[in-house]
Amino acid sequence: MQALTNRVKLVERKPLTFLEKIYLWNILKGMLITFSHIFKKKPTIQYPEVKRPFSPVFRGLHVLNRDEEGRERCTACGLCAVACPAEAITMEAAERLPGEEHLYREEKYAARYEINMLRCIFCGLCEEACPKDAVYLSETFAAANFNREGFIYGKENLLIPNPKTEPEAYAKAKGLTN
Amino acid sequence: MSEQLFKVTIDNITIEVPAGTTILNAARKIGGDVTPPAMCYYSKLEGSGGKCRTCLVEVSKGSEKDPRPMPKLVASCRTTVMDGMEVKSATSPKVLDARAGVVEMLLINHPLDCPICDQAGECHLQDLSYEHGKNGTRYEFQRRTFHKVDLGDKIQLHMTRCILCYRCVFTADQLTETREHGVLDRGDHAQIATFIQKNLQNDFIGNVIDVCPVGALTDKTFRFKNRVWFTKPVDAHRNCSNPKCCGEVQLWMRGDEVFRVTARKDEWGEVKEASNGKTGWICNECRFDKKHTNDWVIEGPSHVNRHSVISQGHYEHLEKPQEFLPELMHRQPRLLMDIHSASEVNKPDIELSEIKGPAHSTDFNK
Repeated sequence: MQALTNRVKLVERKPLTFLEKIYLWNILKGMLITFSHIFKKKPTIQYPEVKRPFSPVFRGLHVLNRDEEGRERCTACGLCAVACPAEAITMEAAERLPGEEHLYREEKYAARYEINMLRCIFCGLCEEACPKDAVYLSETFAAANFNREGFIYGKENLLIPNPKTEPEAYAKAKGLTN
Repeated sequence: MSEQLFKVTIDNITIEVPAGTTILNAARKIGGDVTPPAMCYYSKLEGSGGKCRTCLVEVSKGSEKDPRPMPKLVASCRTTVMDGMEVKSATSPKVLDARAGVVEMLLINHPLDCPICDQAGECHLQDLSYEHGKNGTRYEFQRRTFHKVDLGDKIQLHMTRCILCYRCVFTADQLTETREHGVLDRGDHAQIATFIQKNLQNDFIGNVIDVCPVGALTDKTFRFKNRVWFTKPVDAHRNCSNPKCCGEVQLWMRGDEVFRVTARKDEWGEVKEASNGKTGWICNECRFDKKHTNDWVIEGPSHVNRHSVISQGHYEHLEKPQEFLPELMHRQPRLLMDIHSASEVNKPDIELSEIKGPAHSTDFNK
């Protein structure tokens, strides 16, 4: 049959030579490669003890930010929820009462704010949509859990510690200390 | 006298309109991009218009008899057409520049608190600045603020957001028996207020919420309950005992809860005509007190312009996919998790529509 292209190569089948037949030589050649790798730099790391630096655009678990006075920035405007392609974000808004000015930055705030981490695809669109710099994607991975209920993250999981009342926890969350 | 028809050309589209029609209304007959935006003019309110200057157009030919162009841009809501008039609206760079200037002026003292404002998503000022405005502001000073005026438990006034269009004043004048609010002071201090602290209690006063083009007057029974674009607009009606009320409304629902009741709006954002031919104003009872689905006869999802953010829910022409599992397996699909067992949001036992006024921390931390 005529070949369709001129790139066809015929494979030659030669009978094995004596050296090839005893296999020992090829095994030695293979072992030599393995042995030489002992002296090379290891590409893997010991994960929980050693961690790789993150890229500055890494998108991990969400954080709800506070301002410098420790007030919640989120005003429950719903832009993150409408931007979310996975429909993972839900919230309920409330009006700030007199005397709650130190807790919430604006007149309206999110009384409930939830992200369903089972639905979240970590695309970061919520972060881009937020007009109040309230929601950020951190450098933490999605945590493991034994049941599905643990993946519904409420405000108690998402809010960053208050820089006024818990400065150490806040610095730790910011990654300033280890 | 037989009705005289004038030929007017707006952006090279010729239309015949009766004498006495304003340029804005002639442009609205053509529709589309030709129509100048309008913030203060309201076709259903007598005497409105001429205040905000967003509807400025260029008249490049005065009329057939006097073809000189008008020296300055004119407010199209207050200028009537002449025979043979030629108008440039969206095709004139002068007009577009003037509109951008007007938007900048309107936004000088506007707080831009759209993330908090309940009007966001159906706000005319938002649409206007998005379509005709510039990106930044050149204003460097403190924005004007006001002392809060309480208008009662139904209507919330945010004076900082007001653009002084006077629509609500005309509404109160023309719909209710006595007007209790108006514009006090002059110039920069001008504000919507009642002279002595007074609640607005008139029977039709709720309509000021619908005519307000910005979030200055909003519904307190809906305040902060939900964002407009997460609620589902449906047309509904009821037999209202008030003879002046048409009873035809739009319900803004979430699940089976009625969060808000408004009048139906037409394509210009104005209150629609009811089926009896009158303007579809609604009374306070329909608007504020009927928050149950069994108060209403529901007609179906309302039509929402696809350019509006409210259409993001795609409630119109919604086709639910057929569930095959019960048919094939002879059982309901097994739920891996009931969301209410883990979620704090949308709790079945907290009905936000039942709470009078905005929800507070006391409502959530029961």
